[in-house]
Amino acid sequence: MASTDIASGRLERRGLSDEQLREIFRNMLLQRQLDNRGFQLNRQGKVPFALGSEGHEALQAGAAMAFNRGQDILAPYYRDLGLCLGIGLSPYEIMLSIFARADDHNGGRQFPNHYSSKHAGLMSFSSILAAHLPHAVGAAYAMKYRGETGRAVLATCGDGTTSEGEWHESMNFASVHKLPFVMLVENNEWAISTPLEKQMAQPEIWRRAEGYGIPGRRFNGFDPIVTYAAVRDAMDRARSGGGPTLVEGTCYRYLAHSTDDNDMTYRTREDVMERRKLDPVPAFEALLLEQSIMSADDVAAMRKDVLRETNEATDAAEARPYPAAADLYAHVYEGAWQPWQS
Amino acid sequence: MAVVSSTSSTVMNNVEAVRATLYEAMKSDDRTLILGEDVGARGNVFLITKDFINEFGPQRVIDTPIAEASIVGIAVGMAMEGLRPIAEIQFADFIYPSYNQIVGEAAKVRYRSNGEYTCPLVIRTPYGGGVRGALSHSVSVEALFYHVPGLKIVAPAFPADVKGLLNAAIDDPDPVMFLEHKKTYRLIKGEVPNGHYTIPLGKANVLKAGTQLTVVSYGLYVHWALEAAVALEQGGLSVEVVDLRSIRPMDKATILESVEKTRKLLIIHEDNKFGGIGAEISAMVAEEALFNLDAPIRRLCGPDVPAMGYALPLEEAFMSSPAEMADAMREMVKF
Amino acid sequence: MALERTESKARAAFERHGLSDEQLVAMLRTMLMQRTLENRGFQLNRQGKIPFASASEGHEAVQAGAATAFERGKDILVPYYRDLGLELGIGLEPYEVLLSLFARAADHSAGRQFPHHYASRELGLHTISSVIAAQLPHAVGAAYALQYRGERGRAVLTTFGDGATSEGEWHESVNFAAVHRLPIVFLCENNEWAISTPLALQMGQPDVYKRATGYGIPGIVVNGMDPIACYAAVREALERARSGGGPTLVEAKCYRFLSHTTDDDDRTYRSRAEVAERRKDDPVPGFERLLIERAVLSEQDAEALKRSVLEEVNDATDRAEAMAYPASTTLYERVYAESWQPWRE
Repeated sequence: MASTDIASGRLERRGLSDEQLREIFRNMLLQRQLDNRGFQLNRQGKVPFALGSEGHEALQAGAAMAFNRGQDILAPYYRDLGLCLGIGLSPYEIMLSIFARADDHNGGRQFPNHYSSKHAGLMSFSSILAAHLPHAVGAAYAMKYRGETGRAVLATCGDGTTSEGEWHESMNFASVHKLPFVMLVENNEWAISTPLEKQMAQPEIWRRAEGYGIPGRRFNGFDPIVTYAAVRDAMDRARSGGGPTLVEGTCYRYLAHSTDDNDMTYRTREDVMERRKLDPVPAFEALLLEQSIMSADDVAAMRKDVLRETNEATDAAEARPYPAAADLYAHVYEGAWQPWQS
Repeated sequence: MAVVSSTSSTVMNNVEAVRATLYEAMKSDDRTLILGEDVGARGNVFLITKDFINEFGPQRVIDTPIAEASIVGIAVGMAMEGLRPIAEIQFADFIYPSYNQIVGEAAKVRYRSNGEYTCPLVIRTPYGGGVRGALSHSVSVEALFYHVPGLKIVAPAFPADVKGLLNAAIDDPDPVMFLEHKKTYRLIKGEVPNGHYTIPLGKANVLKAGTQLTVVSYGLYVHWALEAAVALEQGGLSVEVVDLRSIRPMDKATILESVEKTRKLLIIHEDNKFGGIGAEISAMVAEEALFNLDAPIRRLCGPDVPAMGYALPLEEAFMSSPAEMADAMREMVKF
Repeated sequence: MALERTESKARAAFERHGLSDEQLVAMLRTMLMQRTLENRGFQLNRQGKIPFASASEGHEAVQAGAATAFERGKDILVPYYRDLGLELGIGLEPYEVLLSLFARAADHSAGRQFPHHYASRELGLHTISSVIAAQLPHAVGAAYALQYRGERGRAVLTTFGDGATSEGEWHESVNFAAVHRLPIVFLCENNEWAISTPLALQMGQPDVYKRATGYGIPGIVVNGMDPIACYAAVREALERARSGGGPTLVEAKCYRFLSHTTDDDDRTYRSRAEVAERRKDDPVPGFERLLIERAVLSEQDAEALKRSVLEEVNDATDRAEAMAYPASTTLYERVYAESWQPWRE
């Protein structure tokens, strides 16, 4: 297990510049602000649904720094707002998705936080857990087949998804073919209401790596710097022909599964408050202040800027039109579509 | 909450009817177990099994790992060894990984072992759209399964039918898929007789008698078809509405009897048209009663697109409405 | 948690693991019977009498060993289609095997299934699917039923080849069994070939038992050519399961000597030299030699045993062949509990 720099108050940069550290922090703030906005809009009755990733900010901001834009491919799941921001999605794109507008990546077809952008290297994914992992492995096979060294696929999932057959089949195939593939598990200990001990008999997912004959690593996902280092090492190995790695970041899901869930039916406020003490956003802020990488004024200005950007994105997206009903039959196949050929 | 309106029946919505029936099944037979995702502490995502785990324990209310193939497959093994499992797939959209276990295994256990082993199993799942469920929380799956001998498929619309058919499904010696339209969960309320009773699988229900047109539907759309037919009655149009309730086995006699009387048939369902339930009904009526028909059979069905969109206009374009159904009925009567 | 690899080759020091002479001879007889019956299946196919046969040559030791650890009348066996020796070892009769090969009406599946897909409640033998790994969730469900009803002293033994470990259902089954500490033994008969796919294309490292750690259960590897070692490993795992100690993943390393089935030609994907090399480890003559060397039986006894096995197989062949096919009217039988017509009248 990697050292937890934040907990010790030490700063081990792992090669990250001041600017990159600030970029990580801004991503974390933006992620939290946008999640918050989704929930607010839902409570205001403006959107029917929102998903939060609070508690995953450090892990996602750190992992995103290890992603090479324009080269790597990201195959995320629906709780990966920070990763998607970190590889280049804008808050405006996030808000288009939350409002299900015509300009959304999916034309308003999918739930919020289900992006797809070829430009960003972000594969389309569904709400179905683990269904994206064979796709990620297929993408990695394509890279290897075409001899595209220097590229890799970063796939993510939660702890619950590791129970799916498709998770296993994906890990196994990637291992057999030594594909440029990194499986990043964001272990937040909860699968909607199902706790980790009902998900698996031993709590450390990285231990499955041995059974596939690949390296496995576990790290503190509340620390964006150790996350960055672990994911970077795995991505570098993948990019240079070293095959897949299973990396497990430990984190926690602070909010309910979604706006349709009430987590107080299965865990206590005290459980959550206890884990809030380790909240990665204030913890990373404290580290940056302590290390004089940012001043208190810098932080205040950044927060203000993140709020402004979120507000502007909200207003701009809300003003956009819904998709037209006529779009219903678009993109079923290439070309026009009728169930009976005339 | 359920309101007791008389000593003989209780007003419930469909969620309450499923919950009450499951509760009685758990209470009355300790071979009955429930397994699925979030059925324990969370009490199912629609709170159908809320507090069951406290009363019946985690041995009987099993929060499974997220692994749908094994949810059904493990239930098959339990059923083969004398338990009466009720497997839950959290949303019908998640059922595909378990297709092998349902179609390839559960449906064939009796046949392939020549009756040595059987598979008395209920697979419950919420299906259907109109709830802003987007691509992965809106699907209708009945046509993907009704082709398969060895399976039985039920899709009740009313709380009293939910109870009677779920009891019959639990008692049934073979695998039964119990499809619950999630938009009807809290929308539809009705009187539910108290005490234990069953409604036979494979029996349709004539909801409203009529003379000029037969409408066959099931699930959410039965309610809308009934609403449209009742409205047309005031304009002097007489439409008979048949609620299939069971998709397999299907009630041939009731459908033919109605069509032979009204001489016109309109089938309405939310699932896609191509190869849907309406295709089989149309073929059966064409084979058995073609010369009794005064108009071509018509199907009013979901559009043939891969999924329901999230944005409101896309969902509305996918879903039908009582008004659209009334238009189709009017055209058929006037034909 | 992986135990030391058991290195007791048949020629090495004789460790009986508590098995009596009688049990050892019974194991050899099962192995001889398995081989003779399979040979008969291939012969009947080549004679044009039956359309299909599959074989388990090379699996005789692991299956005879595992069957000896199985407690008849208590344990449940959930096997796959290459488990003839296990089924014989728990009580299946050669006549029943021939009925299956000939697809006769009196076959367990009434001639519906491929050969070697048995089902017998009396033997505790689950109905078998040809679909790889599909039986594993059923085995887990059966183990759950045992645990739920508090039936201590009973366990489920489920088997599969190396190829099955790549299936999602394999993973889901082992994981669920581990979470609930169910009374089940997962026995992998690793014969290195999944039809034409070698182990190196099946998994990233060659040891199935190493997967156990990731599920938090014990993993054992054993020489699958040694019936006594297989007996000991499976017995240990079954006893752990029967006494509430939860699941074990046992890997027996064996080899598939023949083609996948009569429809397969293994010369298209592996060399004769490879097969000949592995034949040197053939467990059937190996175990016979061991028992003779250790004076468990004489050479004459061994010859008599082989003769009696052949006679039994000949007799079973003739009797089964003389039996009737299922009538075509049975087509619609046992689709559901009640009589079945596709449209309800």
